[in-house]
Amino acid sequence: MTVAASTRADPDQADIVLDDLELTFETDRGRLTALQGVTTSVASRGFVTIIGPSGCGKSTLLRVIADLLEPTAGSVSVLGVDPEEVRRARQIGFVFQDAALLDWRTALDNVKLPLEVGGGVPAGTEPADPVAMLELVGLGGRAQAYPHELSGGMRQRVSIARALVCNPRILLMDEPFGALDEITRDKLNTELLRVWQDTGTTIVFVTHSIPEAVYLSQKVIVMSANPGRVREVVDIDLPFPRPADIRESQRFATIAAHLRGLLEG
Amino acid sequence: MVTTEVKAREGRRTRRGGNARGAPSRWIAPVVTIVVVIALWQLVVVAFGIPNYVIASPVDVGRELVASWDMLMANLWPTALETVLGFLLGNVVAILIAVVFVHWKTAERSLFPLVIFVRTVPIVAVAPILVVIFGTGYLPKILVAALISFFPTLVNMVRGLEAVQRQTMELLRVLSATRRETFFKVRLYTSLPYLFSSLKISATSSVIGAVVGEWVGAQEGLGYLIIQSTFNFNVPLLYATMVVTSVFATLFFLLIGFVESRVVTWAPKTEF
Repeated sequence: MTVAASTRADPDQADIVLDDLELTFETDRGRLTALQGVTTSVASRGFVTIIGPSGCGKSTLLRVIADLLEPTAGSVSVLGVDPEEVRRARQIGFVFQDAALLDWRTALDNVKLPLEVGGGVPAGTEPADPVAMLELVGLGGRAQAYPHELSGGMRQRVSIARALVCNPRILLMDEPFGALDEITRDKLNTELLRVWQDTGTTIVFVTHSIPEAVYLSQKVIVMSANPGRVREVVDIDLPFPRPADIRESQRFATIAAHLRGLLEG
Repeated sequence: MVTTEVKAREGRRTRRGGNARGAPSRWIAPVVTIVVVIALWQLVVVAFGIPNYVIASPVDVGRELVASWDMLMANLWPTALETVLGFLLGNVVAILIAVVFVHWKTAERSLFPLVIFVRTVPIVAVAPILVVIFGTGYLPKILVAALISFFPTLVNMVRGLEAVQRQTMELLRVLSATRRETFFKVRLYTSLPYLFSSLKISATSSVIGAVVGEWVGAQEGLGYLIIQSTFNFNVPLLYATMVVTSVFATLFFLLIGFVESRVVTWAPKTEF
């Protein structure tokens, strides 16, 4: 386990580089510092998890990378350019905690949404086949189902297929399985690793589940709250592919205990 | 769009299958209630010997309905015309203003207080003003019906267009969707359940609007008939007119409900 907090990675190898990022909100009760001095990077094709207590700014951080929020100070570079450019080029897929499906569209039509708006996929990039994307997330048979006919886990699968349909280089996931039961969550974790391996996408995954963070990622960014800052970056040296029962291993327990210590301390 | 609707209907049919078995018991209770109320009404009128120029019995009303059917229908048409045109006018204007409000916050902020103020003016007070301005033709009645339809739809439509979930708005931003795409692909659909709930309200209230408009000054229509039969102490005709008015309002309401069930196929089914 290497501790590598505030290491500046080489931008050539990193898909996402954050440098001394700061973000403050003006609220009724004065200024709120959501992020302060956040410096970290995410390697290309990497799987990085951000974990931390509520209010530590982990979702905010994800939104800065997705160009949904602008930092007050510091710099963000995604694929070597400004996040806005990356968003316009459709290189970012975003999966929300709530699946955010359009109720009036079938699963398949929801997956097609990114191809219909914002000018669709930019010239020169090849979109994925929406049907194939549904099959990738194991929902090939439910293409014509409406969101209200699907379970919470299935809805989240649809939203993952939707996020992947433009073949983005970066997939940002904001507690996507947070509202699901543990059995479904474990199953989707296994499938997400398979999808990650199949697509070669860089994934940044926000969670507040320690086992989820350990199971999924190569690297865990542990954040602390008030103000939101990076407390430590923990490398997860468990080998891939990771079978489901790796969760019972001693190594897994050791890493989880270390993360727990960081989050409580 | 068209294919989506067809598919939606298929999904709905399967859902209805379960409901069909429970349907008779759902209808029996209200029907029994209505029959009992009518029977009691008849009983009270007969038992206490109430003259039919004070309270008409159901039998009197039924007789009057048959005897004056042609006249009732002849007076229904003007009222129906005013109702439907007023309903359309009021709702279309409300929808358009709601769309402007949602895209132009300054307009909403500056005009909404005025809208709320105008809304507090009772419709019975507005009707004479409109009759004075526009005479005794169809127009003032259409305007009263439009006015009464306008407010609930404006308020609901603004709320519906803005009811898009925050994460859905973020998704659209990630996808670089334009305002136009956001409106036609998301806001409009999100607003439809809100719109229909106000359309159902204004379906019945626009009938009230037209009738109130006719009270103030008209030579025909159900409102005119109500005033005339009251002056003439023709209580059975008064009641018969009331029955025709409420049956018409109910049918109009059910029509809107039917349209809703065809259009809003994705929302959980609402009882009405």
